[in-house]
Amino acid sequence: MSHSVLGKVVMRQLLLAYRRPAAVLNPLFFYGVVVLLMPLGLGPKQAVLSEFAPGLLWITALLAALLSAEIVFRSDYDDGGLEQLVVSGDSMYLASLGYVIAHWCLTGLPLALVSPVFAQLLSLPAQGLPALVISLTLGTLILSAFGCLGTSLTVALRRGGMLLSLLLLPLEVPVLILGSGIVTRAVNGMPIEALISILAGLALLAIALTPLAIGASIKISLEV
Amino acid sequence: MSELHWQVGRGELWQIKGDNGAGKTSLLRAIVGLAGQSIEGHLSVISEFLFLGHKTGVKSDFTALENLRFQLGSTNDHDPSSLLDALGQVGLADYSDEFAYQMSAGQQRRIALARLFLSEQPLWLLDEPLTAIDVDGVGLIESLIAQQVRRGGTVIYTSHQPLKVELSTRTLHLRGRGLSPYVS
Repeated sequence: MSHSVLGKVVMRQLLLAYRRPAAVLNPLFFYGVVVLLMPLGLGPKQAVLSEFAPGLLWITALLAALLSAEIVFRSDYDDGGLEQLVVSGDSMYLASLGYVIAHWCLTGLPLALVSPVFAQLLSLPAQGLPALVISLTLGTLILSAFGCLGTSLTVALRRGGMLLSLLLLPLEVPVLILGSGIVTRAVNGMPIEALISILAGLALLAIALTPLAIGASIKISLEV
Repeated sequence: MSELHWQVGRGELWQIKGDNGAGKTSLLRAIVGLAGQSIEGHLSVISEFLFLGHKTGVKSDFTALENLRFQLGSTNDHDPSSLLDALGQVGLADYSDEFAYQMSAGQQRRIALARLFLSEQPLWLLDEPLTAIDVDGVGLIESLIAQQVRRGGTVIYTSHQPLKVELSTRTLHLRGRGLSPYVS
Protein backbone atom coordinates (compact mmCIF):
# COMPACT_ATOMS: atom_id res chain seq x y z
CA MET A 1 0.00 0.00 0.00
CA SER A 2 2.97 2.26 0.46
CA HIS A 3 2.99 3.44 -3.12
CA SER A 4 -0.47 4.92 -2.60
CA VAL A 5 0.85 7.16 0.19
CA LEU A 6 3.00 9.05 -2.29
CA GLY A 7 0.11 9.51 -4.71
CA LYS A 8 -2.31 10.42 -1.95
CA VAL A 9 -0.05 13.12 -0.51
CA VAL A 10 0.61 14.63 -3.94
CA MET A 11 -3.09 14.56 -4.88
CA ARG A 12 -4.27 16.10 -1.62
CA GLN A 13 -1.65 18.86 -1.71
CA LEU A 14 -2.61 19.73 -5.29
CA LEU A 15 -6.30 19.72 -4.38
CA LEU A 16 -5.63 21.90 -1.33
CA ALA A 17 -3.71 24.34 -3.52
CA TYR A 18 -6.61 24.42 -5.96
CA ARG A 19 -8.89 25.30 -3.06
CA ARG A 20 -6.43 27.89 -1.74
CA PRO A 21 -4.89 29.35 -4.90
CA ALA A 22 -3.22 32.17 -2.96
CA ALA A 23 -0.66 29.67 -1.69
CA VAL A 24 0.42 29.00 -5.29
CA LEU A 25 0.03 32.51 -6.62
CA ASN A 26 1.88 34.29 -3.81
CA PRO A 27 5.40 33.13 -4.82
CA LEU A 28 4.66 33.89 -8.47
CA PHE A 29 3.27 37.29 -7.55
CA PHE A 30 6.33 37.96 -5.40
CA TYR A 31 8.62 36.89 -8.26
CA GLY A 32 6.81 39.11 -10.72
CA VAL A 33 6.70 42.17 -8.46
CA VAL A 34 10.38 41.99 -7.53
CA VAL A 35 11.46 41.53 -11.15
CA LEU A 36 9.20 44.40 -12.21
CA LEU A 37 10.78 46.64 -9.59
CA MET A 38 14.32 45.84 -10.63
CA PRO A 39 14.42 48.15 -13.68
CA LEU A 40 13.06 50.92 -11.47
CA GLY A 41 15.83 50.42 -8.95
CA LEU A 42 18.69 49.72 -11.33
CA GLY A 43 17.67 52.09 -14.09
CA PRO A 44 16.40 51.31 -17.59
CA LYS A 45 19.78 50.71 -19.26
CA GLN A 46 19.53 47.36 -21.05
CA ALA A 47 23.24 46.63 -20.73
CA VAL A 48 23.11 46.94 -16.94
CA LEU A 49 19.91 44.93 -16.62
CA SER A 50 21.05 42.12 -18.89
CA GLU A 51 24.36 41.86 -17.04
CA PHE A 52 22.64 41.41 -13.69
CA ALA A 53 19.61 39.49 -15.01
CA PRO A 54 20.85 35.90 -14.35
CA GLY A 55 21.70 36.64 -10.74
CA LEU A 56 18.60 38.74 -10.10
CA LEU A 57 16.25 36.15 -11.58
CA TRP A 58 17.83 33.39 -9.54
CA ILE A 59 17.93 35.37 -6.28
CA THR A 60 14.26 36.22 -6.70
CA ALA A 61 13.44 32.57 -7.39
CA LEU A 62 15.31 31.52 -4.26
CA LEU A 63 13.46 34.06 -2.11
CA ALA A 64 10.13 33.05 -3.63
CA ALA A 65 10.87 29.40 -2.79
CA LEU A 66 11.83 30.42 0.74
CA LEU A 67 8.60 32.36 1.08
CA SER A 68 6.49 29.38 0.08
CA ALA A 69 8.38 26.79 2.13
CA GLU A 70 7.10 27.90 5.51
CA ILE A 71 3.53 26.76 4.92
CA VAL A 72 4.21 23.26 3.56
CA PHE A 73 3.40 21.33 6.74
CA ARG A 74 1.65 24.09 8.70
CA SER A 75 -2.00 23.14 8.19
CA ASP A 76 -1.33 19.41 8.51
CA TYR A 77 0.48 20.09 11.76
CA ASP A 78 -2.26 22.34 13.09
CA ASP A 79 -5.17 20.05 12.27
CA GLY A 80 -3.51 16.79 13.30
CA GLY A 81 -3.00 15.36 9.82
CA LEU A 82 0.72 14.87 10.42
CA GLU A 83 -0.02 12.98 13.65
CA GLN A 84 -2.31 10.62 11.76
CA LEU A 85 0.38 10.11 9.14
CA VAL A 86 3.12 9.34 11.65
CA VAL A 87 1.12 6.89 13.78
CA SER A 88 -0.29 5.10 10.74
CA GLY A 89 2.91 3.26 10.01
CA ASP A 90 2.82 4.40 6.39
CA SER A 91 6.16 5.06 4.75
CA MET A 92 7.30 8.47 5.96
CA TYR A 93 9.89 8.44 3.20
CA LEU A 94 7.26 8.24 0.46
CA ALA A 95 4.93 10.67 2.22
CA SER A 96 7.78 13.17 2.57
CA LEU A 97 8.72 12.66 -1.07
CA GLY A 98 5.08 13.42 -1.90
CA TYR A 99 5.27 16.73 -0.05
CA VAL A 100 8.47 17.67 -1.91
CA ILE A 101 7.04 16.78 -5.32
CA ALA A 102 3.78 18.61 -4.63
CA HIS A 103 5.63 21.70 -3.40
CA TRP A 104 7.78 21.74 -6.51
CA CYS A 105 4.78 21.27 -8.81
CA LEU A 106 3.04 24.20 -7.11
CA THR A 107 5.92 26.64 -6.81
CA GLY A 108 9.18 25.79 -8.59
CA LEU A 109 7.78 24.38 -11.81
CA PRO A 110 5.36 27.24 -12.54
CA LEU A 111 8.06 29.71 -11.62
CA ALA A 112 10.49 28.08 -14.07
CA LEU A 113 7.86 28.05 -16.80
CA VAL A 114 6.95 31.74 -16.49
CA SER A 115 10.54 32.87 -15.97
CA PRO A 116 11.15 33.67 -19.70
CA VAL A 117 8.39 36.28 -19.51
CA PHE A 118 10.01 37.99 -16.53
CA ALA A 119 13.46 37.56 -18.08
CA GLN A 120 12.31 39.81 -20.92
CA LEU A 121 11.69 42.57 -18.39
CA LEU A 122 15.34 42.36 -17.38
CA SER A 123 16.53 42.19 -20.99
CA LEU A 124 18.06 38.74 -20.59
CA PRO A 125 19.51 37.81 -24.01
CA ALA A 126 17.51 35.14 -25.84
CA GLN A 127 20.36 32.61 -25.76
CA GLY A 128 20.06 32.54 -21.95
CA LEU A 129 16.37 31.64 -21.85
CA PRO A 130 16.63 27.84 -22.28
CA ALA A 131 19.39 27.74 -19.66
CA LEU A 132 17.22 29.83 -17.30
CA VAL A 133 14.23 27.49 -17.65
CA ILE A 134 16.30 24.31 -17.31
CA SER A 135 18.36 25.58 -14.38
CA LEU A 136 15.28 26.84 -12.55
CA THR A 137 13.40 23.59 -13.22
CA LEU A 138 16.21 21.55 -11.68
CA GLY A 139 17.26 24.09 -9.09
CA THR A 140 13.80 24.70 -7.67
CA LEU A 141 13.49 20.93 -7.16
CA ILE A 142 16.48 21.17 -4.83
CA LEU A 143 15.04 24.29 -3.19
CA SER A 144 11.73 22.47 -2.59
CA ALA A 145 13.55 19.51 -1.04
CA PHE A 146 15.58 21.77 1.26
CA GLY A 147 12.52 23.92 1.98
CA CYS A 148 10.49 20.91 3.10
CA LEU A 149 13.41 19.74 5.23
CA GLY A 150 13.73 23.11 6.95
CA THR A 151 9.99 23.38 7.51
CA SER A 152 9.78 19.88 8.95
CA LEU A 153 12.35 20.95 11.55
CA THR A 154 10.61 24.19 12.49
CA VAL A 155 6.92 23.34 12.08
CA ALA A 156 6.38 22.91 15.82
CA LEU A 157 7.90 26.29 16.62
CA ARG A 158 5.50 29.19 16.91
CA ARG A 159 7.79 31.68 15.22
CA GLY A 160 10.09 29.53 13.16
CA GLY A 161 10.29 31.81 10.14
CA MET A 162 13.62 33.43 11.02
CA LEU A 163 15.14 30.10 12.05
CA LEU A 164 13.92 28.60 8.79
CA SER A 165 15.73 31.27 6.80
CA LEU A 166 18.91 30.74 8.80
CA LEU A 167 18.70 27.00 8.23
CA LEU A 168 17.93 27.15 4.55
CA LEU A 169 20.07 29.95 3.18
CA PRO A 170 23.45 28.19 3.70
CA LEU A 171 22.04 25.11 1.97
CA GLU A 172 20.52 27.04 -0.89
CA VAL A 173 23.34 29.47 -1.69
CA PRO A 174 25.39 26.85 -3.62
CA VAL A 175 22.31 26.14 -5.75
CA LEU A 176 21.98 29.87 -6.41
CA ILE A 177 25.62 30.14 -7.45
CA LEU A 178 25.38 27.12 -9.72
CA GLY A 179 22.04 28.14 -11.24
CA SER A 180 22.94 31.75 -11.99
CA GLY A 181 26.34 30.57 -13.23
CA ILE A 182 24.66 28.33 -15.77
CA VAL A 183 22.55 31.19 -17.12
CA THR A 184 25.53 33.58 -17.24
CA ARG A 185 27.62 31.05 -19.16
CA ALA A 186 24.77 30.46 -21.61
CA VAL A 187 24.41 34.21 -22.17
CA ASN A 188 28.15 34.40 -22.88
CA GLY A 189 27.94 31.51 -25.34
CA MET A 190 29.93 29.11 -23.16
CA PRO A 191 29.07 25.39 -22.81
CA ILE A 192 26.71 24.57 -19.93
CA GLU A 193 26.14 20.84 -20.33
CA ALA A 194 28.52 19.86 -17.53
CA LEU A 195 27.00 22.30 -15.05
CA ILE A 196 23.48 21.22 -16.02
CA SER A 197 24.53 17.62 -15.36
CA ILE A 198 25.87 18.56 -11.94
CA LEU A 199 22.65 20.43 -11.09
CA ALA A 200 20.57 17.47 -12.27
CA GLY A 201 22.68 15.13 -10.17
CA LEU A 202 22.24 17.35 -7.12
CA ALA A 203 18.48 17.48 -7.75
CA LEU A 204 18.30 13.68 -7.89
CA LEU A 205 20.36 13.41 -4.73
CA ALA A 206 18.17 15.95 -2.97
CA ILE A 207 14.89 14.23 -3.77
CA ALA A 208 16.36 10.82 -2.97
CA LEU A 209 17.91 11.71 0.39
CA THR A 210 15.99 14.61 1.94
CA PRO A 211 12.75 12.61 2.41
CA LEU A 212 14.66 10.41 4.88
CA ALA A 213 15.54 13.46 6.97
CA ILE A 214 12.12 15.08 6.49
CA GLY A 215 10.31 11.99 7.80
CA ALA A 216 12.56 11.82 10.86
CA SER A 217 12.21 15.57 11.48
CA ILE A 218 8.41 15.42 11.35
CA LYS A 219 8.42 12.66 13.96
CA ILE A 220 10.72 14.68 16.21
CA SER A 221 8.60 17.81 15.76
CA LEU A 222 5.48 15.93 16.85
CA GLU A 223 7.17 14.58 19.94
CA VAL A 224 7.60 18.04 21.43
CA MET B 1 3.16 9.89 36.08
CA SER B 2 5.24 7.10 37.54
CA GLU B 3 5.16 3.35 38.10
CA LEU B 4 2.52 2.41 35.58
CA HIS B 5 2.21 -1.34 35.12
CA TRP B 6 -0.61 -1.92 32.69
CA GLN B 7 -1.54 -4.73 30.36
CA VAL B 8 -4.44 -4.61 27.92
CA GLY B 9 -5.75 -7.71 26.18
CA ARG B 10 -7.94 -8.43 23.19
CA GLY B 11 -11.65 -7.74 23.49
CA GLU B 12 -11.25 -5.33 26.38
CA LEU B 13 -12.75 -1.90 26.86
CA TRP B 14 -10.69 0.54 28.88
CA GLN B 15 -11.41 4.03 30.08
CA ILE B 16 -8.48 6.24 31.06
CA LYS B 17 -9.70 8.63 33.68
CA GLY B 18 -8.11 11.49 35.52
CA ASP B 19 -8.22 15.18 36.30
CA ASN B 20 -7.22 17.77 33.76
CA GLY B 21 -3.48 17.58 33.30
CA ALA B 22 -3.23 14.12 34.85
CA GLY B 23 -1.68 12.75 31.67
CA LYS B 24 -4.51 11.00 29.82
CA THR B 25 -3.62 12.41 26.42
CA SER B 26 0.11 12.06 27.12
CA LEU B 27 -0.38 8.38 27.90
CA LEU B 28 -2.30 7.78 24.68
CA ARG B 29 0.36 9.66 22.71
CA ALA B 30 3.04 7.53 24.37
CA ILE B 31 1.17 4.37 23.37
CA VAL B 32 0.99 5.41 19.71
CA GLY B 33 4.63 6.48 19.67
CA LEU B 34 4.29 10.26 19.85
CA ALA B 35 6.07 10.70 23.18
CA GLY B 36 9.61 10.26 21.94
CA GLN B 37 12.21 9.82 24.64
CA SER B 38 10.01 11.14 27.43
CA ILE B 39 9.11 7.67 28.73
CA GLU B 40 11.32 5.24 30.56
CA GLY B 41 10.61 1.54 30.72
CA HIS B 42 9.05 -0.97 28.39
CA LEU B 43 6.13 -0.26 26.09
CA SER B 44 4.86 -2.86 23.66
CA VAL B 45 1.90 -2.17 21.38
CA ILE B 46 0.57 -4.00 18.34
CA SER B 47 1.27 -2.16 15.12
CA GLU B 48 -2.29 -2.14 13.80
CA PHE B 49 -4.26 0.50 15.60
CA LEU B 50 -6.44 3.48 14.92
CA PHE B 51 -5.74 6.67 16.84
CA LEU B 52 -8.15 9.56 17.07
CA GLY B 53 -6.62 12.44 18.97
CA HIS B 54 -7.87 15.88 19.96
CA LYS B 55 -6.80 17.05 16.54
CA THR B 56 -8.71 15.00 14.05
CA GLY B 57 -6.93 15.74 10.79
CA VAL B 58 -10.13 17.09 9.22
CA LYS B 59 -9.29 19.65 6.54
CA SER B 60 -11.59 22.63 6.41
CA ASP B 61 -11.04 23.11 2.66
CA PHE B 62 -12.09 19.57 1.84
CA THR B 63 -15.62 18.26 1.61
CA ALA B 64 -16.69 15.56 4.04
CA LEU B 65 -16.14 12.92 1.36
CA GLU B 66 -12.74 14.29 0.35
CA ASN B 67 -11.71 14.32 3.99
CA LEU B 68 -12.24 10.57 4.17
CA ARG B 69 -10.68 9.98 0.76
CA PHE B 70 -7.55 11.99 1.39
CA GLN B 71 -7.17 11.29 5.11
CA LEU B 72 -3.49 11.00 5.89
CA GLY B 73 -2.57 7.77 7.56
CA SER B 74 -5.45 5.81 6.12
CA THR B 75 -3.60 3.05 4.33
CA ASN B 76 -6.57 1.33 2.78
CA ASP B 77 -8.16 2.66 -0.35
CA HIS B 78 -11.90 2.53 -0.01
CA ASP B 79 -14.37 2.80 -2.85
CA PRO B 80 -16.59 5.89 -2.86
CA SER B 81 -19.70 3.92 -1.91
CA SER B 82 -18.10 2.66 1.31
CA LEU B 83 -16.95 6.20 2.13
CA LEU B 84 -20.48 7.50 1.57
CA ASP B 85 -21.82 4.65 3.67
CA ALA B 86 -19.45 5.59 6.51
CA LEU B 87 -20.61 9.20 6.33
CA GLY B 88 -24.20 7.98 6.41
CA GLN B 89 -23.44 5.95 9.53
CA VAL B 90 -22.36 9.11 11.35
CA GLY B 91 -25.37 11.06 10.16
CA LEU B 92 -23.65 13.02 7.41
CA ALA B 93 -25.21 11.35 4.38
CA ASP B 94 -26.61 14.66 3.17
CA TYR B 95 -23.39 16.54 3.83
CA SER B 96 -20.91 14.51 1.79
CA ASP B 97 -20.28 17.38 -0.62
CA GLU B 98 -20.32 20.11 2.01
CA PHE B 99 -17.01 21.70 2.90
CA ALA B 100 -15.84 21.08 6.43
CA TYR B 101 -15.55 24.83 7.08
CA GLN B 102 -19.30 25.05 6.52
CA MET B 103 -19.93 22.51 9.27
CA SER B 104 -20.11 22.78 13.03
CA ALA B 105 -17.35 21.47 15.28
CA GLY B 106 -19.52 18.48 16.12
CA GLN B 107 -20.08 17.63 12.46
CA GLN B 108 -16.37 17.92 11.79
CA ARG B 109 -15.78 15.53 14.67
CA ARG B 110 -18.27 13.16 13.07
CA ILE B 111 -16.26 13.18 9.85
CA ALA B 112 -13.28 11.97 11.85
CA LEU B 113 -15.41 9.38 13.62
CA ALA B 114 -16.56 8.03 10.24
CA ARG B 115 -13.08 6.53 10.03
CA LEU B 116 -14.13 4.11 12.73
CA PHE B 117 -16.66 2.59 10.32
CA LEU B 118 -13.91 2.05 7.77
CA SER B 119 -11.43 0.73 10.30
CA GLU B 120 -10.25 -2.84 10.32
CA GLN B 121 -7.65 -2.26 13.02
CA PRO B 122 -8.09 -4.40 16.15
CA LEU B 123 -7.09 -1.63 18.55
CA TRP B 124 -8.75 1.77 18.79
CA LEU B 125 -7.24 4.56 20.85
CA LEU B 126 -9.69 7.42 21.21
CA ASP B 127 -8.85 10.67 22.96
CA GLU B 128 -12.02 12.29 24.32
CA PRO B 129 -14.18 10.80 21.55
CA LEU B 130 -17.34 12.47 22.82
CA THR B 131 -16.04 16.04 22.59
CA ALA B 132 -18.51 18.33 20.78
CA ILE B 133 -20.79 15.39 19.96
CA ASP B 134 -24.54 15.71 20.51
CA VAL B 135 -26.71 13.12 22.28
CA ASP B 136 -27.49 11.12 19.13
CA GLY B 137 -23.85 11.08 18.21
CA VAL B 138 -22.85 9.83 21.65
CA GLY B 139 -25.25 6.89 21.28
CA LEU B 140 -23.79 6.17 17.86
CA ILE B 141 -20.23 6.12 19.16
CA GLU B 142 -21.20 3.95 22.11
CA SER B 143 -22.82 1.36 19.85
CA LEU B 144 -19.87 1.43 17.50
CA ILE B 145 -17.40 0.86 20.32
CA ALA B 146 -19.56 -1.95 21.70
CA GLN B 147 -19.51 -3.63 18.26
CA GLN B 148 -15.75 -3.35 18.08
CA VAL B 149 -15.29 -4.96 21.49
CA ARG B 150 -17.84 -7.72 20.80
CA ARG B 151 -15.99 -8.77 17.67
CA GLY B 152 -12.80 -9.13 19.67
CA GLY B 153 -11.31 -5.70 19.19
CA THR B 154 -9.92 -3.54 21.94
CA VAL B 155 -10.87 0.04 22.70
CA ILE B 156 -9.00 2.43 24.98
CA TYR B 157 -10.53 5.85 25.41
CA THR B 158 -9.95 8.87 27.57
CA SER B 159 -12.96 10.57 29.06
CA HIS B 160 -14.21 12.05 32.28
CA GLN B 161 -17.49 10.19 31.82
CA PRO B 162 -17.77 6.43 31.19
CA LEU B 163 -19.52 5.31 28.03
CA LYS B 164 -22.97 3.81 28.50
CA VAL B 165 -22.35 0.39 27.04
CA GLU B 166 -23.52 -3.00 28.28
CA LEU B 167 -19.99 -4.27 28.53
CA SER B 168 -17.62 -4.48 31.40
CA THR B 169 -15.36 -1.48 31.32
CA ARG B 170 -12.08 -1.38 33.14
CA THR B 171 -10.72 1.93 34.24
CA LEU B 172 -7.19 3.21 34.55
CA HIS B 173 -7.15 6.08 37.03
CA LEU B 174 -4.41 8.63 36.56
CA ARG B 175 -3.77 10.65 39.69
CA GLY B 176 -1.36 13.27 38.51
CA ARG B 177 2.23 14.13 39.18
CA GLY B 178 4.15 11.71 41.36
CA LEU B 179 1.22 9.42 42.18
CA SER B 180 0.98 5.92 40.75
CA PRO B 181 -2.01 5.17 38.53
CA TYR B 182 -4.31 2.34 39.61
CA VAL B 183 -6.77 0.06 37.87
CA SER B 184 -10.38 -0.63 38.84
